[in-house]
Amino acid sequence: MGGTSTEKLVIKNKRLDGRKLNEMRKLSIKAGIIPNADGSAELALGETKVIAAVYGPREVLPKHLQKQDRAYLECIYDMASFSTPERNRPGPSRRSVEISKVITEGLAPAIFLEKYPKTKIDIYLEITNANAGTRCAAMTAAAVALADAGIEMRDLVASIASGKVDGQLALDLAQKEDNFGEADVPIAVMPRTKEITLLQMDGDLTKEELQKIIQMNLKACDEIYKVQKQALKNSYKGASKNGE
Amino acid sequence: MDKIYVKDRDIVVPGDLLAEGLNYLPSGKAFRENEKIFASTIGLINIKGRVIKVIPLAGKYMPKKDDIVVGRVIGISHHGWQIDINSAYNADLNVGEGVSEYIDLNKTNLSKYFDIGDYMLAGIINISESKFVKLTAKNRPYKKLAGGNIIEVSPTKIPRIIGKQGSMIKMLKEESGCNVAVGQNGWIWIKGIPENEAIVARIIKTIEAESHTTGLTDKIKETLKKEIKRGGK
Repeated sequence: MGGTSTEKLVIKNKRLDGRKLNEMRKLSIKAGIIPNADGSAELALGETKVIAAVYGPREVLPKHLQKQDRAYLECIYDMASFSTPERNRPGPSRRSVEISKVITEGLAPAIFLEKYPKTKIDIYLEITNANAGTRCAAMTAAAVALADAGIEMRDLVASIASGKVDGQLALDLAQKEDNFGEADVPIAVMPRTKEITLLQMDGDLTKEELQKIIQMNLKACDEIYKVQKQALKNSYKGASKNGE
Repeated sequence: MDKIYVKDRDIVVPGDLLAEGLNYLPSGKAFRENEKIFASTIGLINIKGRVIKVIPLAGKYMPKKDDIVVGRVIGISHHGWQIDINSAYNADLNVGEGVSEYIDLNKTNLSKYFDIGDYMLAGIINISESKFVKLTAKNRPYKKLAGGNIIEVSPTKIPRIIGKQGSMIKMLKEESGCNVAVGQNGWIWIKGIPENEAIVARIIKTIEAESHTTGLTDKIKETLKKEIKRGGK
């Protein structure tokens, strides 16, 4: 955001990559890809790619972080050094620490943390290719990985970012639209109850525009929710057939 | 008004609506929110009358009272042992629950009975409010597991490895001549002649991978017989 582009980003209601304004990038999720983790998922939203791994519930170390009445949840969001066009300095940065925090807080309401007192649940989110909307892609993948780990949850969390490009509201911004657009609104929601667990806004929007974008995001999250459920069911396909 | 949305043996994921109305009861990994029942983990549906149960397909071991577990000694204190039970919580084994004879704590070194790294078959006698797990290991069937091999499987697959009324595990023991102890926590101890130990370990991994197929006990029996015949030469 903030930059200006000489290029028109929306021409005749079509975007640079040929999508319509209310069209999402192609989403694919696969659960259970890391055998050593308790739960894992791989997600691709257009060019954005994420790997999520969940460990736990396990012992809390260091011990002073332990909570007597519920689990301690920790997400670590990290962008691989090769995920961006310019090499990204490895290790935690101001940005990644902040995103880790908002993701943790966005996922916590969906988990029955009180069922796992004195334990820790670790979520590691690695962005292997960044093309806008990484925090939302990471949250969507994290929810699938948590369910794959067999952790008790109220609901999954689906997440998407939309914004304003060339004066028009557009769903699921791609890299250029994010860089040169006017606003960006990431949102995370528990689709069953429509409870919003994350809402951020970068840029300028009127009240009406923001409300419109939230509605647009909620609708897209329902679609994401279906893909998430299908990914989980696919990884246990054989389980319902026959058996004792 | 009362309505059910799932069939027996359906796969459900967290947040799936299972039933509506107060006539149905949630069990296992299902929960009620107002009048509706939802699943809380990925699992299989099991319906018995009014009770809708979600049997989890994944998840770490959470200790339960009266479970039999395989534990490893990770620490010795002056009045007992700390045991790792493959869970987020460590367990305690007091001297009185570990050994049946009288011990003078001032004179005896407790590592004489259980040393660090030793395995045992133990029962969970109590879990306190604050999740302190207490074990017992002094009476049958609990025992020290000396020698042999330990393998790890998913705790959710343990019922399949034991089989109906222990049919699967009984067959494994009889066919291989190995001594096998299965813990609810996913750890399995196998002791016998080394060739058969390896075969049983491999067979158990197959059961874990193919736990959803029918007639598994008979199929496994065939493979086991064949493998032992080949391994014996």
